Amino acid sequence: MRSLGLNEILFILAAARWTLLLSACAFVGGSVGGILIALMRSGRIKALRWFAFGYIKLFQGTPLLMQLVLAFFVPGIFGIDVNPWGAAALGLSLHASAFLGEIWRGSIEVVPRGQWESSAALGLRYWSQMRLVVLPQAFRIAIPPTVGFLVQLIKGTSLASIIGFVELTRAAQVINNATFHPFTIFGIVGLTYFALCWPLSAYSKRMERKLALASR
Amino acid sequence: MNYAFEFGQVFAAWDELLAGALRTLWLSAAAMAIGMVVAVLGALGKTNGPVALRWLIDAYIELIRNTPFLIQIFVVFFGLPAIGIRLEADQASLLALVVNVGAYGIEIIRAGIESIATGQVEAGKALGLKPLQVFRLVVLKPAIQAIYPSLTSQFILLMLNSSVCSAIAASELTGAANDIQARNFRSFEVYFVVTGIYFALSLLFWGIFALIERRFLRQPAPR
Repeated sequence: MRSLGLNEILFILAAARWTLLLSACAFVGGSVGGILIALMRSGRIKALRWFAFGYIKLFQGTPLLMQLVLAFFVPGIFGIDVNPWGAAALGLSLHASAFLGEIWRGSIEVVPRGQWESSAALGLRYWSQMRLVVLPQAFRIAIPPTVGFLVQLIKGTSLASIIGFVELTRAAQVINNATFHPFTIFGIVGLTYFALCWPLSAYSKRMERKLALASR
Repeated sequence: MNYAFEFGQVFAAWDELLAGALRTLWLSAAAMAIGMVVAVLGALGKTNGPVALRWLIDAYIELIRNTPFLIQIFVVFFGLPAIGIRLEADQASLLALVVNVGAYGIEIIRAGIESIATGQVEAGKALGLKPLQVFRLVVLKPAIQAIYPSLTSQFILLMLNSSVCSAIAASELTGAANDIQARNFRSFEVYFVVTGIYFALSLLFWGIFALIERRFLRQPAPR
């Protein structure tokens, strides 16, 4: 059995970059999907509204773990080979699209109706109304819950270890299997996640309080 | 697309899937019930306790909310034996879920406690309500109305989250799926069906919770 030394701990900590990279990929992918879902959900076309509603419910009503596992197996059915990295990035992006879509729809819809009406009165079309009037206001409201979801996403990347992607959690398992110091190893990994997530949580909470004060 | 679907082999194992789904429900219900005890105690400690206790409870909440559940369950299952506490996979799953949902529950319960203004209780007394009536009508019902939406969605999150317990081979629905696909290699079919079962359970609980809210908890229209 190997002993748990500095090299082993550094191996685990270095794997945190894969956690960060996967989180970033999923956040970018989820942002693109999320904007589409939010626009469909708050838009005027009934079929798209229903599609976005179903999409959100489907991802809110099934475990993230199952979403990742299916992201791993479904491309194979169509003859597309995916590695664990691709499957994790795909699954987490689709997952994030649903949750960000719902958050951003809410942010768009709390912008008062009068803003739509007055910008329409100024002769702006839908896209200009969105871009110049509604989205800048929705953006401020969306920041705290979006950052809050980013924390969920970072934590969610740990499930990519189950489909075999070597990020922080998987690296910890690998080292634990070789050295067997579970308490120390998973403790260190837990604290690493905490160091990534806690500043974001604190920021999200502070922004939320600021926004609540501003709207009073 | 040349894939030959074989769902027959999945449905042949329907008894395992049913048993797994029941275990998932049992695990979620038990974790929620015990977790709420933790949450109420934590909320009381945070609103009325000494400073050191409040600080400790805050540390617990932040630690749990900012680490993945998978790591929490690994610490409980693999870490605790190092200090002499050895748990079966199912026991470790229950404990980890309780610890997890307790942390989220404290903030929900605290919001419920804080939603009751003291002026309301005094107003109830002034109207001649008996202490029990004040508690039932002025304190309990509005507090439940206030926390009901977060509490019920927390339960569904907990149920979905319990699938992670399969990582330590707990005997719940995802664990059953792992067993079945290890035997017949129909991975996609098994996980597809199991995802459908989770979704059906979510829809069922969304429906039940909405029905209960409409039937028992609807606020009278403001006059």
